[in-house]
Amino acid sequence: MRDRFIQTLCDLAERDPRILLITGDLGFAVFDEYCGRFPRQFINAGVAEQNMTLVATGMALEGHVVFTYSIGNFSTLRCLEMIRNDAAYHGANVKVVSIGGGFSYGALGISHHATEDIAIMRSLPDVTCVSPCSRWETEQATRAIAREPGTCFLRLDKDAGPDGDTTEPFKLGVPRVLRKGRDVALLTTGGILSEVIKAADQLQLDGISSSVYSMHTIKPLDPRTIVAAARTHQLVVTIEEHTIHGGLGGLVLETLADEGALPKRFLRIGLDGCFSSVVGSQAYLRNTFHMDAGSIARRTRDQLASKP
Amino acid sequence: MSQSKAVVTKALAKKVRKHVLAMTERGNSSHVGSAFSIVDILAVLYSDIMRYDPNRPDWTERDRFILSKGHAGAAVYATLAEAGFFPVELLKQHCRDGAVLSGHISHKGIPGVELSTGSLGHGLGVGVGMAKALKLAGRSSRVFVLLSDGECDEGAIWEAALFAQHHQLDNLVAIVDYNKIQSLAPVAETLALEPFRQKWESFNWCVIEAEGHDHGQMQTALSRIPIRPGRPTVLIAHTIKGKGVSFMENTVLWHYRTARGDEFDRALRELEESS
Repeated sequence: MRDRFIQTLCDLAERDPRILLITGDLGFAVFDEYCGRFPRQFINAGVAEQNMTLVATGMALEGHVVFTYSIGNFSTLRCLEMIRNDAAYHGANVKVVSIGGGFSYGALGISHHATEDIAIMRSLPDVTCVSPCSRWETEQATRAIAREPGTCFLRLDKDAGPDGDTTEPFKLGVPRVLRKGRDVALLTTGGILSEVIKAADQLQLDGISSSVYSMHTIKPLDPRTIVAAARTHQLVVTIEEHTIHGGLGGLVLETLADEGALPKRFLRIGLDGCFSSVVGSQAYLRNTFHMDAGSIARRTRDQLASKP
Repeated sequence: MSQSKAVVTKALAKKVRKHVLAMTERGNSSHVGSAFSIVDILAVLYSDIMRYDPNRPDWTERDRFILSKGHAGAAVYATLAEAGFFPVELLKQHCRDGAVLSGHISHKGIPGVELSTGSLGHGLGVGVGMAKALKLAGRSSRVFVLLSDGECDEGAIWEAALFAQHHQLDNLVAIVDYNKIQSLAPVAETLALEPFRQKWESFNWCVIEAEGHDHGQMQTALSRIPIRPGRPTVLIAHTIKGKGVSFMENTVLWHYRTARGDEFDRALRELEESS
């Protein structure tokens, strides 16, 4: 996802001199091509994420479209108030990019696990929140937020799911139906789509037919797709490499409740309000916290088998 | 400063102090001491230093001003109104239900305000970003950011200070309202800033100092920007919290207290009688 983001940004920067990239001293070797081609559109702000966001706001207010870049929670939580008061409140064209959603940097420890950022960022007014599930969606999301006025959050993952059918245009706020089934609606966001697709395959072997939805945009969200999903499936499952408190699961439940479309059966898969203080790779941590393909399939089967 | 300009600046400061007193009393708001502290700095900036056009608040060639110590917003609102950005009448709505003029400065619907602040430590970094963008665009506009001394406790100020010198932003001027009293106690008893001048110097900024209520001194200091090409400038303005009303001066109390009744009358009398 990261490489596709940078490739796309190179393309955007070439066409639009307003585009700027500011990094908080992270992205070793990642920006070589970008820096070489667009030295006037690149700033390393040093290890100072608060100032990075403030500078981005000031430059955006002067007409630039500024991407701030760091990993994990550094470009979001570390400078949250700057994103809220300065970027978002002023409608500044600041695009906050975090590489390493969820357990992407698994073995580095909880400081590097971004497991609350969706909940926190989506609560900010006037911030568009995008969490692509695949490389194709990463490119589309990058182009979309560059066009979208105001402050945006782009959450990128180390892992990526399959692109799916890319003939339909990507629209911010409109979930993509990646697979159509009958029994279960699997709604996911971020690179953990890779596990969800495998889980859907496993369920198929048990005779359970699943639809898979990419919830690439967290905010805004056109409710129609998920309302239809809730009405046409026996069970709605949300899967996120993130806390289930206020994240995708919360978003989907809130939206369905508001639309009068709460499903009888619902399952939220994600971190259940704990720190992920276990050492291991992204795959190991997904397994530990029961959000790997096997766990998703098993928990979905169990939920279907339980009484509504 | 010419004699006629000195008269104009003095008259502006006097009007603004009277507005601030009335605004805080009517709006039942605080920070009158913090506002009085910066009135003379604003008067010099808006009468003699900054390029602006109240009829074109978005004029691209304007100088930018950011009040980073947003709690003193009443003084900026009053200065902008007197400078012609919006009707003086609007000041009566300060902090009232449904008003646009909030206690901490807001840009929403208020021409002339570049940035909403209130949480300390934000203004300098945004000003730095503006200054960097203005340089890239080849514009001659300057960026003035007014900070409080207590605000310099915030780490973000020093992140911005590092960035500004690294990027040689000589179109940036930070002005520190150094009244030496913060929210609960004197600065020296809270988190000592001294040696303050040396801190900025060690960050590679050009440092100038002036009496923050001496219009001529500040005008002279601010007319020489940039003092050294390639360096951002900080003006350490030695001020008196509550300046202009004897019983408010140099007290912690008037950071939060609102003048009412007899206190209001006495304060107004002193302001009116001041030369």
